[in-house]
Amino acid sequence: MKEILTAASSPHIRHSDTTRGIMSDVVIALLPAAVYGCILFGWHAALVLAVCIIFAVLSEFLWNKALKKPNTVGDMSAVVTGLLLGMNLPSSIPLWQAAIGSVVAIIVVKQMFGGIGCNFANPAIAARIVLLVSFPSTMTKFVAPLFDAVTSPTPLAAENGTYTLKALFFGMHPGSIGETSAFLLLVGGVYLLIRNVISPTIPVCFIGTVVLLALVTGENVSVWVYGGGLMLGAIFMATDYTTSPTTKSGKVIFAVGCGIITFVIRKFGALPEGVSYSILLMNILVPHINRLTLSKPFGFIKPKKEEAQNG
Amino acid sequence: MEKKEKILRPVGRVHGGALLPHFKKTAEQESVIMPPPAVVKIPMSQHIGAPAEPIVKAGDKVFVGTKIGEATAFVSAPVHSSVSGTVKAIEEINVGGRKTKCVVIESDGNMEKDPELKPFPVNTREDIAKAADLCGLVGLGGAGFPTKVKLSVKEETPIDTLIINGAECEPYITSDYRACMEDYEDVIEGVYLIKEKLNIGRVIICIESNKPKAIEKLYEIAADKRDQDDSVKLMKLPTSYPQGAEKVIIYSATGRRVPAGKLPSDVGCIVMNITSVVTLNRFIKTGMPLTSKRITVDGTAVNEPKNIIVPIGTAIKDVLEFAGGVTEDANEIIFGGPMMGVDAESDSGVIEKRTNAITVMKEEIKPPAVTPCIRCGRCARACPMKLYPASVEAAVNHGLTESFNNLNVNYCMECGSCSYVCPAKRPLTQVMRLAKAQLRREK
Repeated sequence: MKEILTAASSPHIRHSDTTRGIMSDVVIALLPAAVYGCILFGWHAALVLAVCIIFAVLSEFLWNKALKKPNTVGDMSAVVTGLLLGMNLPSSIPLWQAAIGSVVAIIVVKQMFGGIGCNFANPAIAARIVLLVSFPSTMTKFVAPLFDAVTSPTPLAAENGTYTLKALFFGMHPGSIGETSAFLLLVGGVYLLIRNVISPTIPVCFIGTVVLLALVTGENVSVWVYGGGLMLGAIFMATDYTTSPTTKSGKVIFAVGCGIITFVIRKFGALPEGVSYSILLMNILVPHINRLTLSKPFGFIKPKKEEAQNG
Repeated sequence: MEKKEKILRPVGRVHGGALLPHFKKTAEQESVIMPPPAVVKIPMSQHIGAPAEPIVKAGDKVFVGTKIGEATAFVSAPVHSSVSGTVKAIEEINVGGRKTKCVVIESDGNMEKDPELKPFPVNTREDIAKAADLCGLVGLGGAGFPTKVKLSVKEETPIDTLIINGAECEPYITSDYRACMEDYEDVIEGVYLIKEKLNIGRVIICIESNKPKAIEKLYEIAADKRDQDDSVKLMKLPTSYPQGAEKVIIYSATGRRVPAGKLPSDVGCIVMNITSVVTLNRFIKTGMPLTSKRITVDGTAVNEPKNIIVPIGTAIKDVLEFAGGVTEDANEIIFGGPMMGVDAESDSGVIEKRTNAITVMKEEIKPPAVTPCIRCGRCARACPMKLYPASVEAAVNHGLTESFNNLNVNYCMECGSCSYVCPAKRPLTQVMRLAKAQLRREK
């Protein structure tokens, strides 16, 4: 026996999951769709992803160093943010713009508010919106797959019937680097469910709301679900822990809200998308949703009654 | 009677809980009786409530079962000698961080029973509580609440359910399970005796699903012909921590929620641990009070894990030696299991009534580092009391004590599920304790 014993607070055992492990699982889940995007859109797409990840990691590292805080890059969350942002960008975007997006995501949205766990909105989503507003022409220029340099409309912008169901589901159509293959994104989502990283509540309610509203208003459901960033957003971005509610009922409210806003923007707005804005707007409401939906403890007695009993 | 009708499914679906590894390595081993040590130190405070007062002095001769400490209040319990020999001294000893008097007895090695012990006749409902009192029985699940108080239910308080708690949800610990298998006669007799004398309408024997042999054995209690009105049933509970916690098991078995600050009797239930039932029945049959305990000695650093029947007051050092000693890199001795057990500051402590396991762990090569909270919500999902430990931690770290009441920290039962599941390895259970302590200080 050792001379000096450990005398710690219970519990004395821990589950093996770590933050880094969870983030790594997210990266693994995103890889199929990311790799596919690079194959589809060419080497420039791969460069965009690389630049996004590198600048995200670098920004976090340099911020921590400058403010003399411990280095947090090892928890892989910057890699996830960079990868997600990159997958949300068109393959032809100039690399310097992609880099700016990463820096905004990490420095402004995440680090300035306190780092991991303290961001007020999903960093990749917020950065994408900043890029959209700052560089509207490059952010809306989508090339058709397989090195065809002609700019083509994405499924949401094109006329009905331009793309077959098979093309929509497997991703043979223009779009952001990682959003086209619904199939591979679903594969990634199932992986995350098996690994207990996400629960199905948010993706199901988000996509379900959009499907319902599309059906009711006579829109092309498969275009609305498989085109645009709905699959990527609902499975990987709306489910971000820090910016989504804690309880199940909170998650439902959040996801339905996202679905409604996505529908409204796509139907009545000028943009052939809505997922980014809907997630950002609902992210901002999350603290209030949490307050409203936090569960009462087991055997709860209302405080007024308790005070009366204590006399 | 159809077997299916005798085995109930849980009524209440418990929120949260953690799925722990079982590590029940000692489950199928017969318990070993440890030969009496040279010296025992029996503490006067081994229960919730006022400590007992010693009624012997140095030089007195005692036997196994001789009373050496008198209960000093209603919420208190007497203490008995666990060996035969001579009282050496009355000393002060450190038990659970508090100093308490103890009687030091030098054993003569014979384990001679006190010749004045005789069976205790139980005729009325008050006799059951009296039996628990004279036996020195306290909650043997680990809480140590004097059983006499629990069983002293007035006529006006209607009790309709007796829950026998055989859950044993902590990893490593198998002492209750071995009690089921080895002291089965006392279990079945005790269950029917308590039911009859306290006039309780139904009995639900609860056991976790990871103990199939015990389920078979305990089923026989429910199927016994003594159960004339089919009111004794077995319930198979999911193996999820903390299934054995009192409020949790009452909810699983009956669907009733014990409100904050209230007792099981307020919802018509009495919960008794299996080993408590065995001990009570033994006392009624033979007059032998609580003098020895079955302890599971296990963990990552014990050479020969086993269940040992140990006289109360035996030094931890002696117990560990009897279990083959510990490895060189052992550096944590836990009184109890790894989830709610209390660390010992050295191996100089003693086994007392509430001890049901000694878990010895190795030094961790890389202890997990604490990283920031990512608000993943696993702690909220794991909490059986439906609290949100991460919020409490944030409030404590920011000194926002006024929000503690809103966060309902006093509902916390310190089960450890939150700390266990946290991927950032944050000390959530510890912080919950801190919050409760700060709240108490303010009052």
